[in-house]
Amino acid sequence: MLNRFVFIVLLLAANTANAALNVLACEPEWAALTQELTGDLARVTSATTARQDPHHIEARPSLIARARNADLLVCTGAELEIGWLPLLQREAGNARIQPGQAGYFAAADQVHLLEKSGNADRAQGDVHPGGNPHLQADPRNLLKVANALAPRLAELDPANTAHYAARNQDFQKRMSAAIARWEKEAAPLRGVAVVVHHRSWSYLADWLSLKVVADLEPKPGIEPSVASLASLLERLRAQPARLILRTAYQSPKPSEWLAERAVIAAVELPYTVGGSARATDLFGLFDDTLAKLKGGLK
Amino acid sequence: MFKPTLLAAALACALPLPALAVSDADLAAELAKVRAEFDQKLKDLQASYEARLKEMETRVAPPAEAAPTPSASRGNDFNPELSLILQGSYAQRKAGERRPTGFLRDAAIGAPTRGFSLGDSELILAANVDPYFRGQATVILADGQANVEEAWFQTLSLDRGLTLKGGRFLSGTGYANEQHPHAWDFADNSLMYQTLFGEHLAQDGLQLKWLAPSDTFVELGLEAGRGAAFPGSSNGGDKNGAGSWALFGHIGDDFGDSNAWRAGLSWLSARPRDRESRILDQFGFDTRNQFSGRSKTWIADFIWKWAPDGNPKARNFKFQSEIFQRDEEGKLIYDTAATGANTPGAYRARQSGWYAQGVYQFLPRWRAGLRYDRLNSGSLDYGANNAALLPAAYSPSKWSLMADWSPSEFSRLRLQLARDRAMQGNPDDQQITLQYIHSLGSHGAHKF
Repeated sequence: MLNRFVFIVLLLAANTANAALNVLACEPEWAALTQELTGDLARVTSATTARQDPHHIEARPSLIARARNADLLVCTGAELEIGWLPLLQREAGNARIQPGQAGYFAAADQVHLLEKSGNADRAQGDVHPGGNPHLQADPRNLLKVANALAPRLAELDPANTAHYAARNQDFQKRMSAAIARWEKEAAPLRGVAVVVHHRSWSYLADWLSLKVVADLEPKPGIEPSVASLASLLERLRAQPARLILRTAYQSPKPSEWLAERAVIAAVELPYTVGGSARATDLFGLFDDTLAKLKGGLK
Repeated sequence: MFKPTLLAAALACALPLPALAVSDADLAAELAKVRAEFDQKLKDLQASYEARLKEMETRVAPPAEAAPTPSASRGNDFNPELSLILQGSYAQRKAGERRPTGFLRDAAIGAPTRGFSLGDSELILAANVDPYFRGQATVILADGQANVEEAWFQTLSLDRGLTLKGGRFLSGTGYANEQHPHAWDFADNSLMYQTLFGEHLAQDGLQLKWLAPSDTFVELGLEAGRGAAFPGSSNGGDKNGAGSWALFGHIGDDFGDSNAWRAGLSWLSARPRDRESRILDQFGFDTRNQFSGRSKTWIADFIWKWAPDGNPKARNFKFQSEIFQRDEEGKLIYDTAATGANTPGAYRARQSGWYAQGVYQFLPRWRAGLRYDRLNSGSLDYGANNAALLPAAYSPSKWSLMADWSPSEFSRLRLQLARDRAMQGNPDDQQITLQYIHSLGSHGAHKF
């Protein structure tokens, strides 16, 4: 009885503090992760969808309006959003979400980035000298990001510190178990040669020991042309691959073109939450990713 | 294991044919067995090598768990973002100017160049000054001079949706005004902006913007400026207080995932004194004239952008239209040259105009666009100078068709064809422009 009473009081307390935080995530994966940690203590929206290329977003009026009201921006960082996020921060008239403030959280600051070249020559294409920003494709990174995000949420909303810590603990437990399961399921994928469309899959390849043998883009951010695809086809004759990977926001044309001629499977992976019918949350995202990768091998 | 097989093979060879037939099946089985064993051994060896290699790799590679280490400071980490725009063109057109008939325009606007020419080279420096301010300077480099197009600070920490900008900045009036020439969708400015501001209106002053705390984008802005730039004038700006005021409001939102729009209304006032405009008078002389009085301009703008699923990379469409009305009242001195008539007269004009343009990106690197410009000379009265200056009723107009190709988001090549009917009795129906725009360095994001 007492337990029940405490529960109701807690529920009421939670209700008064309901949607204490207004969180704008730059990409759906960070919206999903924030939601995991906050439960219904925050209003979480994503600035982009899985069908939008996070490199190329317009700083639309609606996004500026949402940034105006946000307590916290949860973004990838590492220059992924360089074409639009700085504008949102500048135009929103919101001091809390400026770089360096507690209200701006960059996931890339929490993990070890791959492909850090430091070489910033645009002759190499649209490179990210600070490292590859597509880090959510490795679920082990999600654990690290969550471990940094939970204290940040607590910093902004100290009254609910215990809530965020408990939810993070629960998330760590579930995600770790899921990762162990996925790694076991992914055993047949070890060493499988793949072709990628953009460097969106470096972290996935690193995690599952996929071997990236080629990129559809001749240079990062430069769209493949028929000529570049034809030379890639030649290369694949000498060094065959088994899968071509792309995201839901990339045009299927180049990968389908190559898949047909090289007689290998082109696979559209969800890439982020909402990228496929099954990728409704972070767990579904990797369930579906693995299922599609293994499906492509058959 | 190997030996008996070899022996068997040797025996098989040595034995006469009938015997071979007998041992054939046994031999095949033995061969398969050996092959399997060999394969297994090879696999084990490979696995052991791979394991050792992996172990060595992990020892060499930085541990994955290590926290990201901040890169060593090189002393120039605080340098501003530096960006340089290179532009140039080749144009084929009739000689001379095609000033819109019936409109007062900034006398500083020269005739457009023909043949090969270098466009504006814009040098842009920007950085956060500290946690409270951001600063930016845009300098136009030209032969023998450098013009400060913009040099402003902007607050980052006012909060409550407020942003204060000060210095020289592009006015928030209208839509296209805040775009630099390299961001234009056409090789030249619309007739409307040419007439109203030349290239664009840069204010020396202060701008305060407030963004409403709603999910719909609602923005209000107020500007107080020196008023030295057209439609103001340098003499008009020489005063205490503000020589020019601007008010604007913007509203915008999404319509589903694929559509976004913004609409705006702006009002601008200035009090020019001795503002110079050149007019081709009724006797065929290109005269200099000075206007003093008040100038008020209304601008309404509308922008709609479409992209499938809101992903503009492959395909997108942009529609943009603005309409203005300008009221000017005061006095105008006709032909102010030393040997000129220098006749003062009243001046009163209520004029309007608009443009509409659509740009469609139909393939990842390719865009095509069409623009129509139109001005209405409206009610125009030069008072005592009507006989010398008042043109017959005419509506300047222009069609522009462009196609551009962007090898990457940092470079663009453009071809534009135009039919220019801005000046009465002096049309140019075949204007061809080839243009390049290259952007070097850490170029900032463009506004919606």
